[in-house]
Amino acid sequence: MSREAPDPATLSFEQALGELEKIVAQMERGDVALEDSIALYQRGAALKAHCEAKLKDAQLKVEQIVLGPEGPRAEPAKIG
Amino acid sequence: MQTPIVWPVASRFPGDTGEEISSLLYTAPMADSAPPASNLPELSVSEISQAVKRTMETTFDRVRVRGELGRVTVAKSGHMYADLKDENASLSLVMWKGAVGQLRFRPEEGLEVIAEGKLSTFPGKSSYQLIADRLEPAGVGALLAQLEKLKQKLAAEGLFAAARKKPIPFLPDTIGVVTSPTGAVIRDILHRLGERFPRRVLLWPVLVQGEQAAGQVAAAIRGFNSFEGSLRPDVIIVARGGGSIEDLWAFNEEIVVRAAAESAIPLISAVGHETDTTLIDFASDLRAPTPTGAAEKAVPVRAQLIEQVESFGGRLSGGLLRGMERRRTELRATSARLPRPEALLAFAQQRFDRAAERLGFALQANTRAAAARFDRIGVRLRAETLTQAMARRAERLGELDKRLIAAVNRGLADDTRRLRQTGRLLETLSHRSVLARGFALVTDEAGGVVRSAGALSTGDAVKLTFADGAAPAVIGGGEGRKKGKAAPVQGSLF
Repeated sequence: MSREAPDPATLSFEQALGELEKIVAQMERGDVALEDSIALYQRGAALKAHCEAKLKDAQLKVEQIVLGPEGPRAEPAKIG
Repeated sequence: MQTPIVWPVASRFPGDTGEEISSLLYTAPMADSAPPASNLPELSVSEISQAVKRTMETTFDRVRVRGELGRVTVAKSGHMYADLKDENASLSLVMWKGAVGQLRFRPEEGLEVIAEGKLSTFPGKSSYQLIADRLEPAGVGALLAQLEKLKQKLAAEGLFAAARKKPIPFLPDTIGVVTSPTGAVIRDILHRLGERFPRRVLLWPVLVQGEQAAGQVAAAIRGFNSFEGSLRPDVIIVARGGGSIEDLWAFNEEIVVRAAAESAIPLISAVGHETDTTLIDFASDLRAPTPTGAAEKAVPVRAQLIEQVESFGGRLSGGLLRGMERRRTELRATSARLPRPEALLAFAQQRFDRAAERLGFALQANTRAAAARFDRIGVRLRAETLTQAMARRAERLGELDKRLIAAVNRGLADDTRRLRQTGRLLETLSHRSVLARGFALVTDEAGGVVRSAGALSTGDAVKLTFADGAAPAVIGGGEGRKKGKAAPVQGSLF
């Protein structure tokens, strides 16, 4: 399954997490061939890294839509 | 429909102003020198109009009128013109732009309302009107009836169908928020987002109540949907804090409901408190009970996810290690069960040894058995057996021989007897017996029988055979010597 699977970087967090969960369950069932289990582990590790990267990117940035003559743009929000 | 209740708010009564009117009527200067047709003072239209206006405005300082809205028009100027009516009467209603902006609901035909304001006249048209500065639905029931009607209509169009609902993304990168930039709502949302999973928030500031609210909210939803790239949010939250049903009215407006239903970006609605339901809640992809709830539905809890990913990571490594360990154990167990080559061979060796050992014995036993068998048969092989058989056969041969001889002899005797009989018969029938009876056989020199006299010539030597012997003779031409009476003239006896 790991050969034709898409690059983890192209996956959404949810997809990556879901696939990681499946891989973990598969590994824990222990019905994977040795070679496959190593490939599976590598895939899982890549997915985990991707998830962690997504989780790391957590910053509250508040912008406000301004409709100017040149079209809409976002500028730092003025929250009253 | 009840009669409009009209009552003066101020403490002035018509009596108070009567003097004023009287003074106007009776003390007006005579502007014209023409003879008066009556003693009534002559007034200009404007004068009387102004007088009426003053009377109206002073008599009915401030009124509160209940009635059903007729045709409603909002002019370009922003002022609103409408009719307020009941079964019997109609009252023109004007609401200036500023007051219209404060409306918390959409005035529309058929809605029962209570208007508050001043009665005044419009001198240019000889009409009077209520200049309302406040307008509110006549009770919640009226508004709810209006709401229900719209809800039925939009539901019939399929705007609220479950099939239209889009899933809310699990972890959006950008969250679009349509709400007022002031107030608790945006702060609550930002606060809860920060607690759970800080994200990029794009605020589209709008009025959330009043005449313009609906238009702004709808435009914001459509606007977000029209954006591409970094300005396009992954999910939209449309939020407003709690308030009366009138306060929340903008979120019941058709324009807002349609914009929410058409949004290609998943939309979470959070208007008012948990108990408040506005039509946008039916059209949105997800309804949150409060703005804080909307933030909760928009993002997962980061800490939990970090924990979950960590846990998965641990289980992944653990799974690999356990898999390896299990294989190692299995390998050990299996190899322990694997027998040693010597052990494998030992059994075969043993079998071989045993077989080899038995082979010698077997050979001897076999030989003994064969010898015994030979002996058994050998004793039976004796000379008597042969001689007996030979004797039996010789005896039989003798018998057969005897029988053969006897048979031959018997046949011989028979044949002899038959030969004799036949010989006798032959004797009886042969020429000899004829010869014996006195005939002679004439044969020529060659031995051939002479059957005819013609065949003989004189001088031919012939032989005469008689029964007791033969005598040579020569055929003569004359009379020969006479020997017997009967000349032996050879007849043709045969």
